[in-house]
Amino acid sequence: MEDNQLLPHLFRTEYRKIVSVLCYLFGINHIEIAEDIVSDTFLSATELWSIKGIPENPTAWLYTVAKNKTKNYLKRDALFEQKLSVEIKHSAPKAQETELDLSSKNIIDSQLAMIFTVCNPCISNESQVALALNLLCGFGIQEIADGFLTNKEVIYKRINRAKDKLKTEQIKIQQPSPNEIDNRLDTVLTTVYLLFSEGYYSTSQNTILRKDLCAEAMRLCYLLIENSGTNKPAVNALLALMCFHSSRFEARINEIGETILYEDQDESLWNKELINRGEQYLSLSSTGNKISKYHLEAGIAYWHTHKEDTIEKWENILQLYNSLLILEYSSIAALNRTFALAKTKGKAEAILEAEKLNLSDNHFYYSLLGNLYTGIDNEKALEHFQKAFKLANTTADKSIITKNIDKLKVER
Amino acid sequence: MEEFVLIFRRDSITKETQPSPEEMQSSIKLWQDWLGGIAAQDKLARPLQRWDGEGRVVKQNNNVTNGPYVEIKEAIGGLMMIKVANYDEAVEIAKGCPILLWGGNVEIRMAVISEGH
Repeated sequence: MEDNQLLPHLFRTEYRKIVSVLCYLFGINHIEIAEDIVSDTFLSATELWSIKGIPENPTAWLYTVAKNKTKNYLKRDALFEQKLSVEIKHSAPKAQETELDLSSKNIIDSQLAMIFTVCNPCISNESQVALALNLLCGFGIQEIADGFLTNKEVIYKRINRAKDKLKTEQIKIQQPSPNEIDNRLDTVLTTVYLLFSEGYYSTSQNTILRKDLCAEAMRLCYLLIENSGTNKPAVNALLALMCFHSSRFEARINEIGETILYEDQDESLWNKELINRGEQYLSLSSTGNKISKYHLEAGIAYWHTHKEDTIEKWENILQLYNSLLILEYSSIAALNRTFALAKTKGKAEAILEAEKLNLSDNHFYYSLLGNLYTGIDNEKALEHFQKAFKLANTTADKSIITKNIDKLKVER
Repeated sequence: MEEFVLIFRRDSITKETQPSPEEMQSSIKLWQDWLGGIAAQDKLARPLQRWDGEGRVVKQNNNVTNGPYVEIKEAIGGLMMIKVANYDEAVEIAKGCPILLWGGNVEIRMAVISEGH
């Protein structure tokens, strides 16, 4: 690795670990102190490494400096001494002098405890995602703002409100008990999947950032798999789902950032390694007797890794969408189910079902109808696409609809 | 929107009308397609619940029998709750129920919300 890339790289991989360990040690009331110590550590690295050169083991160097800074902080700050030492002594009664434990086990434990803290239902989903990016993934406020297509102030406020809420509620940063894992893993997975979707479906033009968001979500999910207490079937299913989706990352956006529809994708660009990994996690997920929505969605995504249109493929997808909808309604699943129905039973029958859906404020609904009517009644197809165009908000969506309209006009 | 219960009944005794294993297999797909279609319209009022087929019947004088099938031919095969505007819409949905293919029937009852609750 080039010298000038090393520090940003370490910041990405180590910042979150040290912050988690410090938060785990200090508790929820002192998150900012934890962040200050780690920022300060990286500042020292920036200053010293440029003068003295990069140390032999940069990570160990960072850990040692973080440990020393923590020690100094505890010695120096009288107020901190009063407030915090009591809490630390309480949680670690045997330690004479507080030593920051940066062993890999404690890093994993700390990160797990932090995931469950950040994904606490007392803060909103969007705050959980922002806080997760900031504390668990080491993303800066500006990057998060870019990912959410908003400005720094909004994210800054969102994160601070979330931290304040966690403090007011006195949320403990601790290892989740088996009982808590059962009750709260769903919320954690929702946040992880939201984080992934933020990257995958974001209309942000910053492809690198979008990929990073997806990679971070997958890393957090993998952290849950690494930990025996949270290595549940649904977690494996979610990771499988994210592997399948991200296998198409390169194929679904063209050079100018436009979305390429599944049917038009160059499948040689699909990432085979990710597809294989997805298959592995999907098979690991098939234990126990509970089928989560992630199992069903992963199954659907698995069938989409087969480009060829076969009855078997679409029949499987249809049944998976049936089960998914029975488990939990969503308009997008309803529309996709109808598309699968067209592939298995033909467009005429799918139109009958589509017209029952009652999604008249949804541009995807009209795009689906436009698609179903294409070749059956092109006049109607055009009308539907035009309605879809009126309802679509983003330029990306509008450009896809325009392409469909143009295709229809060529055929006429 | 009102809530309706759909109760599926079928003769599960007369040998001649029982579906073959192959028919049973294909009926799963029919049921899933029908249920998926209702779910796609967001008209399931409650999560689906499967019910064991055996059952017990308790009568006067602590008389308990295994299932109601000895005396009546029609047994409840299952029930589900949907949310639709009125009986007409509920009837339209029930017309697609695969149990009708096996000579069964669907009873529809609207939930009554009592005043003051």
